[in-house]
Amino acid sequence: MRKSLIIANALAMTGLAIVILAQAEPAFAGDQLTITSFGGAAQMSERKAYFEPFAKKTGIKITEGEYNGEVAKIRAMVDSKSVSWDVVKTDATTAAQMCAEGIIERIDWKRLGLDRSKFVEGDDNDCAVPDDFYATVLAYDKIKLSNGPKTLADLFDTQKFPGKRGLLRSPFGNLEWALIADGVPVKDVYKILGTPQGVDRAFKKLDTIKKDVIWWQTGAQAPQLLADGQVVMTSGWNGRIYDAIKNSGKSFEFVWATQELGWNSWVIPKGTSRLDEAYKFIAFAASPAQQADKTRYIAYGPTNKDAIPHVDPAILPWLPNAPDNMHNALLIDAHFWSDKGDDLRQRFTAWIAK
Amino acid sequence: MATMAVQMAGKADRVPLRTKLQRVERRRKLRAFALVLPLLLFILVAFVMPIGRMMFNAVYDDTLLTLMPRTMAALSDWDGKDLPGESAYAALAEDLKQAWTQRTAGAIGKRMNYELPGARSEVMSSARKASMLSVGPYKTALIEINPIWGQHEVWSLLKRGTSAHTAYYLLRSVDYQYGADSEIVTAPPENAIFRDIFMRTLEISVSVTLATLILGFPVAHLLATLPLKTSNLLLMMVMLPFWTSLLVRTTAWAVLLQQHGVVNDVLMALHLISQPAELIYNRVGTIVAMTYIQLPFTLLPIYSVMKTISPSLVSAARSLGAGPFYAFWKVYFPLTLPGISAGGLLTFILCLGYYITPALVGGPRDQMISYFVARYTNEELNWGMASALGAILLTVTLLLYYVFGKLVDADRVKMG
Repeated sequence: MRKSLIIANALAMTGLAIVILAQAEPAFAGDQLTITSFGGAAQMSERKAYFEPFAKKTGIKITEGEYNGEVAKIRAMVDSKSVSWDVVKTDATTAAQMCAEGIIERIDWKRLGLDRSKFVEGDDNDCAVPDDFYATVLAYDKIKLSNGPKTLADLFDTQKFPGKRGLLRSPFGNLEWALIADGVPVKDVYKILGTPQGVDRAFKKLDTIKKDVIWWQTGAQAPQLLADGQVVMTSGWNGRIYDAIKNSGKSFEFVWATQELGWNSWVIPKGTSRLDEAYKFIAFAASPAQQADKTRYIAYGPTNKDAIPHVDPAILPWLPNAPDNMHNALLIDAHFWSDKGDDLRQRFTAWIAK
Repeated sequence: MATMAVQMAGKADRVPLRTKLQRVERRRKLRAFALVLPLLLFILVAFVMPIGRMMFNAVYDDTLLTLMPRTMAALSDWDGKDLPGESAYAALAEDLKQAWTQRTAGAIGKRMNYELPGARSEVMSSARKASMLSVGPYKTALIEINPIWGQHEVWSLLKRGTSAHTAYYLLRSVDYQYGADSEIVTAPPENAIFRDIFMRTLEISVSVTLATLILGFPVAHLLATLPLKTSNLLLMMVMLPFWTSLLVRTTAWAVLLQQHGVVNDVLMALHLISQPAELIYNRVGTIVAMTYIQLPFTLLPIYSVMKTISPSLVSAARSLGAGPFYAFWKVYFPLTLPGISAGGLLTFILCLGYYITPALVGGPRDQMISYFVARYTNEELNWGMASALGAILLTVTLLLYYVFGKLVDADRVKMG
């Protein structure tokens, strides 16, 4: 009858839906690899320097994914034992946190065939293989500000430089800058930030410009704020600012003396079924030739020391870890942020919401 | 009549007509139910269950119970006065060793860190050092490894972990927390933000609802009274924004409102202002953009109610001597109330959950509760807090809806 017809129809539709959903799952095959990175210009450079040559060389098909660096996604995958990302690019501080939480594989450097001492902070890379250096720098538009800021003290000087400033909406990097601007020598920053008084001091310094800050959240926002004249100066990632200079013809200027040097690493979520291929890929991508090649596509520096001699001399001055850019640079302490990040982020969130 | 009919039917085939009618009625109901069943199931699976699970997460947390089973067992009969005895410390040492080998020390530390800032790294380092301990007495050894194990509040926290149910997340969501002896105290000022943020969420939602009502009412009236051809064209323009992505529309406001944006340039060219006004990344930008997005949601229910009001009613009032305002206020306006309540309620409830618009055009002081839910879910990975904030928001919304329903006779509210 009609009722049974309806039920039969409903069942058929459900069945159909299940079949369609099931087909959406990728078929399992040994010769493929899913690599997830930050998207945009950065992933484009990886595609050209790593993914395409690797696929060509090994015949392993690479499927790309994009994310915003959220640990939540990786943790959810690992916890539910449905790991679909085989290799993930992540910030060093996040890698250290995930390593401590046990949701990424420990790296067997022998199996990788790479010398860990050639990489930045070699001893600390238990679960991660560094890929590229990025710098957080102060940037401004030299057409609008011919006599621009020179130091971090200028960032906090609203008399000399009236107007809004752009900063990343996170304590990361900002607390360090606040202390340096408050007169702490670069080498003592993490020692002082490790004490409650040091944290208070950093927040107190940030208080002085709180009402003058526009907080940005994604890498592309920083150069945009600057281009729109919404801010007189902004913190930003060197690759993004460089991209605006090089490809959009902006007259932005870096203040390299304010540089905070951080890096991104390759990690393998725990429980991937393609561990062999993941190792093969990381070994390939972290090799000197490939890391040097990537600098042709984006101004992020190689983390493998052996790659530096292969870098085009014309590109070198734009890289964060070029010797000339490193005067006074602060190396981000991944372990500090892995340890204290949660507390500082929480305090920052409350501070900024008030 | 009815009895006669029943008797007659009974004679025919011995089944009373009443039963027959009931049967037909039951079959009709069943068929109707079968038709809505797929939707009911869908709502149950895709909406009720996840939300129920989410609300459950706000009070359920078995991290310590599963990751530190021995300590939890040893603490079950601790009176909570002095530090626990050697057996509890031995259990703790075993649990820390296990946590170190299974790499779960991070998860334990993270959970303890919520309530005791700084505990995370202490737990991690204790686990590393405890993995080298082989013989007791563990009490002195552990306190020597890390003084936090000699702190009463740490053991109070562990004791609270013996129950898989916790009020911690809900307390934090309204700016309370547990003290050193598991008593409930107010959160320190640097963490106490949520009451403000709930108030702010209500404040912004009320402002936006009022703004859409003030702007939407005259437009709805215009739409309802214009000739069909013109009103259809206007209605299309009202609907147009629906076909554009929310993100694009919000970003468009950034272009309009920014420092050297269209609005500021025009105002300055007209010499109305000499300095660019701050219109974006603050409350002004948030309310303007949200009002714009919500306008159709308020307008359409009002419009649909106005369409049903006969123009002759106002004419009648006028012909009986009422002035234009009096006729409007006493005759027309009361008839539009169902639409106003429906539109206002719809907008108000949608506003409570706003996330992306304040994030894009608001400042840090304009972020509403959803921003913190998203933050706890994606960035802090504190799903307990996200659930607790979400559960409170949901409860407040339902409560407001209920109160509203009591105030305005629910039957008069027409959705569209």
